Parts: sequence; C-alpha cells; structure tokens
Amino acid sequence: MSAAALELPSVEDALALGLTRAEYELVCEKQGRAPNQVELAMYSLLWSEHCAYKHSKKLLRTLPTEGRHVVMGPGENAGAVDVGGGLVCAFKVESHNHPSAVEPFQGAATGVGGILRDIFAIGARPIAVLDSLRFGEPGPAGGAGGSAQAGGAGTRARYLLDGAVAGIGHYGNSIGVPTVGGEVYFEAPYEHNCLVNAMALGLAPRERLVRSAAAGPGNALVLFGASTGRDGIGGASVLASAELDHDEQGAAAKRPTVQVGDPFEEKKLMECSLELLERGLIVSLQDLGAAGLTSSACEMASKGAVGIDLDVAAVPLREPDMQPFEIMVSESQERMLCVVEPADLDAVLALCAKWEVGGAAIGSVTDTGRMRVFADGELVGDMPVSALVDDCPLYDLRPEKPARPVYGAPAATAGVTIASAPRAILLALLSSPNLSSRRPLYEQYDSIVQSRTVRRPEQADAAVLALPDGGALAVSIDCNARRVAADPARGTIAAVLECAANLACVGAEPLGTTNNLNFGNPEKPHIAWQLTEAVRGLGEACRALQAPIVGGNVSLYNEGATGPIYPTPVIGMVGRLPDARRAGRLGFARAGDRIALAGPFSPTLPAGELAKLLGWELPDGLPELDLAAVAAAQAAVRGAVREGLLASAHDIAEGGLAVALAECCLAGGLGARVELGAEFWAAIPPVVPGPSGAPGAPGPELLAGALFGEAPGGFVLSGPAEALERLAESVPLLAIGEVGGAGLEIATGAQPIAATLDELAGAHGALAGLFG
Amino acid sequence: MRFGVLQFPGSCDDLDALAAARRVGEAELIWHARRDLGGAEAIVVPGGFSYGDYLRAGAIARFAPAMEAVIEFARAGGLVLGICNGFQVLCEARLLPGALLGNVNLRFTSRQVRLEVLDTGTAFTGACTPGASLSIPAKHSWGRYYADEPTLDALEARGQVLLRYAPGENFNGSLRDIAGVRNERGNVFGLMPHPEHAVDELLGGSADGLRIFESMRLAAEGALA
Repeated sequence: MSAAALELPSVEDALALGLTRAEYELVCEKQGRAPNQVELAMYSLLWSEHCAYKHSKKLLRTLPTEGRHVVMGPGENAGAVDVGGGLVCAFKVESHNHPSAVEPFQGAATGVGGILRDIFAIGARPIAVLDSLRFGEPGPAGGAGGSAQAGGAGTRARYLLDGAVAGIGHYGNSIGVPTVGGEVYFEAPYEHNCLVNAMALGLAPRERLVRSAAAGPGNALVLFGASTGRDGIGGASVLASAELDHDEQGAAAKRPTVQVGDPFEEKKLMECSLELLERGLIVSLQDLGAAGLTSSACEMASKGAVGIDLDVAAVPLREPDMQPFEIMVSESQERMLCVVEPADLDAVLALCAKWEVGGAAIGSVTDTGRMRVFADGELVGDMPVSALVDDCPLYDLRPEKPARPVYGAPAATAGVTIASAPRAILLALLSSPNLSSRRPLYEQYDSIVQSRTVRRPEQADAAVLALPDGGALAVSIDCNARRVAADPARGTIAAVLECAANLACVGAEPLGTTNNLNFGNPEKPHIAWQLTEAVRGLGEACRALQAPIVGGNVSLYNEGATGPIYPTPVIGMVGRLPDARRAGRLGFARAGDRIALAGPFSPTLPAGELAKLLGWELPDGLPELDLAAVAAAQAAVRGAVREGLLASAHDIAEGGLAVALAECCLAGGLGARVELGAEFWAAIPPVVPGPSGAPGAPGPELLAGALFGEAPGGFVLSGPAEALERLAESVPLLAIGEVGGAGLEIATGAQPIAATLDELAGAHGALAGLFG
Repeated sequence: MRFGVLQFPGSCDDLDALAAARRVGEAELIWHARRDLGGAEAIVVPGGFSYGDYLRAGAIARFAPAMEAVIEFARAGGLVLGICNGFQVLCEARLLPGALLGNVNLRFTSRQVRLEVLDTGTAFTGACTPGASLSIPAKHSWGRYYADEPTLDALEARGQVLLRYAPGENFNGSLRDIAGVRNERGNVFGLMPHPEHAVDELLGGSADGLRIFESMRLAAEGALA
C-alpha cells in the first residue's frame, strides 16, 4: 500500500465519524490491524445506525414477513406482492427527515428520487408515489410565509411544508410518476425535527424481478447514471444517525451534506435500467443511496457471498482530485450499480449511451469474500465483506416506560370549549390544520400521469390504480402519531387498522404492508419503550389482518431542542380489488340514499383532534380494542363495496362521526339529514364522562364524545335502504339519516348541527391561507 | 390512420398519448433522434419535461432531429397536435403563435378544467358537439398563454382560438382565457390541458378528450379519401 494509505487515522477520527471506541476496537480486530482512511470511512458508514439498523434489527425480526401474496420480503431494495395476472407490485416507504429539516426542497426531492430507485432497482416500473409529512404547528392561517430565519409563530413549519411539497412535486412530476396520495400532520413535537417519508409502488412481470446479490466471479461491475461528486459525503452517518443540531448555525453547516436531485437524470436512469432488464443484459442491480458506492457494492457482495474488486480511478467524477475515500462515500444522486457478464458489457455500455447516462466498468466480482478498493491499480483498502456488512454489533434496547409524560399538553385553540355549540366545534375542527382539505398540497402533484389513477386524492379513502386485468391496486399511507404517543402499541395498531379501513372503503383486501419507524434516540429508555411497544403492536395488527411486512425503513434520533418527536410508525398498505369499476368513493352520490353508521365504534375524546384543540393532555394509554371485530367489520364493508351495493364508504377517523359526515357531504357536493336518536345513544358506550342528563338529552361531554370522539372500527356508508339492511346482517349497523338538502343537519337530541355546504367548504379550505 | 407520438428523453405523457391515439387508430412512438416520421399521418408532441426543460420549457426539444421532420411535415400540411410540453415545443418552433409563461400562482397546478369549444369545424374539434364544453385535466407550471395584443386580436379575428377556459377555470392566468390555439392554416394545434388523460370514464370520469383524437382521425381520413 502507498505511504498515503498508511498514514493511519486515529481513534479520535473514528469517534468523529460516529463510531464508538468499542466499535473502533472491533474494526481493528476484524482487520487484524488499524484501518486506513478509506477503510475507516467505509466501516463508519456501514456500521452507522442508518445502514446497520443496530438498535432496531432485533426488534424487526419479530415482525410477520410471510404470507400467501408475498413474492419478495424484507432485505431487498423493496418488497413485492403478487397482484395477479402475472404481475407483482413492489413497494416501500423511506424517510428523508434530517436532510429535509436542513434543506426541505432538495431533501424531499431526493427522498422521492431515492425511493423510486429502490423500486426500479428490483425491476419494477414506478407507478405511484405517496408521501407522509410532519411539521410543527403552522400558526394562524393566512400568516406571512417566509424563510426560517424570519421568525414568528408557525413560520418554520410553513417554510418546511412549502419547500417539501414543492420538492416532492418537482421530482415526481418531472419524472412522470404520479403522486396519488399522502398525509400531513402538524404537531408541536415536529417543530425542530420534521418528517418527510416517501412511499413508492412499482409494477413488474413476475419473472422480471431482479435481486441485488452479486454473482459470478469474473463478471464486471458497471456504475451507471450521474457522475460522482463531493455532494452528500457523510449523509448517512452525519445526518441520519445522530440528533440534529439544535441551532440554525449547525443546520447551515450541515447543508452541504444534503444531496441535490436531478429528476431528468433519474428519468433516463430509470428507462435505461428497465430496458437493461427487459433485454436480459444484467445479472443483478442495486441503487446507490445512503453511503453511496460503499453500501451498494458491499451489500451486493454480501448477498451473493462473493468479493468485489473496484478501482476508484474508473469512476467518472464530477470534480477532479477527489480522494479515494470521498469517491467511496459520496452520495451523489441518480446512480446505479449492476453486475454484467463480460460478453454483455459492450451492449450494456451501448444502452447507457442511448439513454445518455454515463456508464463505466469500475470493477469485477471475485471469489475472495473481500472488498478491495484500488486507486489506479494500487490497493488502498482491503476488508472482509462479512465484517463490513454482518459484524456491526447489534445493541439491545433498554426499554422503560416513562414515569412522567414525555410530551406536554398541546396549546389550546382559542374560541372552542367542550361546551361550545357542536356546530362551532365542527367548523373549528374542519378548519384545523390537521383536518382541513389537502387540496392546496395535492394540486401541486401530477396524480394522473401513466393513465392508471381511478381515484384521485379526496375522491376516496385510498388511492386506486387500475391493473391491466380489470382489477385495481389500492394504497394508503397513514399514522396518527398522537395516538401512538398516548399508547405506542394500541396507537400503532390503530394506524395499521386505519390503512386497512381505507382499503376496505374502496373494496380492497390488504396484500402487504411497509413501514417507516420514525422515533427519537433509542439509547434513551423511554424512546426504547415506545419503539418496542410500537413494533409489538405493528406485528399484532399485521398478523390479524394478514397483511405481512414486506419491507420498510427505520429513522431514529429524531429529536429537537424541546424533546423527541411523537413516535411515528408510518404505515403504508397495498391491497387489491377485483373490479376497478366498482372502486368505492367517499362522497355521497345520490339524494335519497340512506346513511348508516357501521362497525364496532366506541368513540372517545382523549388523544383525538378535539382534545388537541381543547389543549387536553395526552392520556396514559388508549382504550382496549377488539381487533377481530374491527377486522370483521372491514371485511363486511369491503364485501359490500365489491358487490357494488354502496354509493359511498368512508371510515371515521380524526374528528369523529360529525367530521366524517361533513367530508362525505363535501366530496359529493350533497347535503345530508342525520338524526342521532335513542337507538344511537343506546349503541354508543358512555365511555366519556356523563351522561349528565336523561337519555335523549346528552350532556356536553357525551355529546362531543359521540359527535367528535375517535376510535378505530367505524364507517359512514350510504346507499339504498335494502343494501344497508342486507349489510346489517354481517356488521353492527345503524341507519342514521338520508342524503339530500343544501347542507349538513344533525339532530342530536340536544344541540343540533346545521351548516350549509358553503360554510363547510369555507372551513375545510383553511389550508389555502398557509400558501399566501 | 396512423399517429406518430414523439418521445424525447424526459417525455412523461408519451405512453398516455400513444394509448389515447390507439383508441381511434394505429399509433407508434418516434424516438427524438430519428429524422423520419415512419409514415405517420398525424403527429402528437406529448407532455412532460423534454430534456429536463432546464433552460425554458420546449426550448431544447425544438432542435431535436425528430422536430426538424415535424416542422417539414407541418409545412406540407400534416396534422400536428401539441399537448402541454408539446404545445410549448410547437410555440418554440414557431409552428404556433405566442408563448407559455409561468402560471400566475407560481406553482405547478393539477386540476380538472372545463373548456369551451369555440369552433367545431376544424381538424382538431370536428368531432365535438357545437356549444358543448369539455372536461379535461390540466397540469403544468408554465401554462399562461401569452401573445401581444395585436396578435391576440388577429388570432381571435381569424378564429385560431379553438379552446377557452370556462369562467373561473383559468388558473394559470392565460390571456383572454386561451387554452388552445391553431396555426393560420389550421393543421397545427396546441393546448395546455391533457386530452389524452380524458379518454376513459374509469380514469377521472370524462372521455371528452377522445373527441380531439377522433377529430384528427376524421380529418386525416377525409383528406385521404
């Protein structure tokens, strides 16, 4: 080795790169000597939390990953399920939280770019993107926008929201993949640590799926796509595996570690990759994401139980005189790595030329089991692949339920009390940042390109994408993290149930699930407890729904100056319905249809949206839940939608029954007359304090609980009376009203609600004010 | 009847346009580097972000070899339809008057819009019902139709404005609510909304866009007969 390579870094250098002293000693032991600069850089990335899952791997092993539809489970770039007709659907969700907190536009854009590469890396054409976003409170609607430095309540949240939405749109719109759904919540714990999770789906003929395991010693390693620069060096270890700096200077200093995305380059890269696969020219394929070439090459070698020799001098560079370690750890975007048989090498490079993406043979597969890095033929790094990929120490969590609440009570919204008129509460909820219409956001996304979108945003509870055989895919992404914060296990179960309920409302049965576990610092016992409980709930719910986990991602160390984020296990679920023409809608469709409340529904106020507006503290735990009963209700609704019996189906979520009814009115442009009579009050378990009066005259808390309380399991359905009567044979169902009229009228036995469609729409349109 | 759909690196709605054209006739893709149009009887320049559109939408694509062929084809009277980015390309190529500027709301906006058909006697609107409107999605950042006042007056006087946004639908700020214009000769037409995304009731509830493709088929076959 050269003299330069022999100038060995010290243990302090290792600590600065994020390794612990013990980990550094283990590296020395695995190497049989102290690592040089290239080797230390590579170990520090592959042994980072982001790459090695060292605090979560043991927990993740408890999740259900097998099922009759699963074609590819966790461990590959994305999971895949069989969707019939010889096709598989690949899907995965990933986070780009810390980059987005530092630079929201590029952070979010490259998050989309990264998840799309994961999809086409396994041979699937990306067909849809969804996003899941979390920001701090946006402040009063209509407030001034501006930069993070401008200050003022909500300024930072609006700056991040605006940038992230524009970044997602920029990338997805430009590459021609529709953004079909998503969710955004505003909560104070995300003020200093926003979340940007992106999910993508792809379709592939079953036999076209490709794995990332390198194989065949003597085969060539081809790097193709964009050239390699100094951008994003250390992103995985510096940004993704540590808490963010709590001051603006720290964030500014880290901005250069955020990559810059180029959707045009990725579009060419995608078409080139798919054509390489279609023509059978490559043995295996892997995208370059976090930790760049280091991670991609080592993972390919590890999965194939082979070695790799590569020469950094053969890597096309964006800037001259890059050091070997910089080339190995660069996170320049829009790059892929593939293994090619020598006879196909010329054809592969010719196809790269056709698509105008750079292609270069940078190394070869060996049978040594070692990762060897050369610079112009000179050996500058030599490591056992197994040490890099498999030997990072895994840590046991030390979970401990916190004795005191982790999160303070939310700030109360002025003007609403539990005793306010239900109409005032309804309008306040509809105009609140978490419940108002997402139209100002989704209008910035192309949701229809590729001609598959059967249900666009706010037309149904789940996005619906037509399949060639007449069926359709349905997809939903969700997580009410306030409920998870109140009860990590039951809150996570509720998030899984919410996704499945969304699928049921369009008539789809779950095929598989992906998840992104966004949590705080797992080395802290209370965060370890949240994580452990959430994963327990996730496993339980996915088993009950037969919706196994086929892939996912973990994002830890999400903490700001004021504490950790709400525990946020974002759930993405993909399902199938047999007939796209019968995909359900959420809006009321015909005047005269009957309206029913269906399912086992026991609403409670604590941890709900109204409780937040009222400034209530989070409860310690959520009510017990009959998972089997909720699953049965979902199956019944799904069946009715599939048979075409219903005119509309909508699950009751944030804001409870009254908000769900208002959403059905708004989506359909039709009013409704609802009467909550004695039968209703008898069916609603009085789990909130009260009733203070005689039956038929509920007190304010019971009234608010029934109208605005939340729980999994409830649906608002509409259709002909006979259809609802038939459905009542298989699910608890209560007729509560009729579609029609100029607005929403709810007779409650106490104070009624009456609001015109215009009043509802005015309240629901409040988010537009944030985009002044 | 055979359509040719151009395909640039960065085209996004190329396959959608291909599928829409195939509902009324035959259709093939034409790779941007080709200089011949493969015997196509009508050309569609599709939506997307040709060559990334990093300079100015459509500014690079107009120089593509395939566009040189399209310009000759148009000069010879061939039917050319430009959709969204394709409309921008045709304006850049001077096959159509005017230019497309950034939306007044400064954002990419995706919305179903209602369009008024001003003339049903053309090669692109012949299959539309007189007096009827079309429901078609629009999605773009640079869709504000602009031309100077004398040009706009002349366009209107000569009946070159074929589609107008219905009242309240002009989100991009196009002058005189112009959504689509033809050239003077009547064989080249560009519009910002996407007719190829309104060809199937299942996808978005409207098949109004099919009328544009059907009109082209009727016109081309009429010309051939």
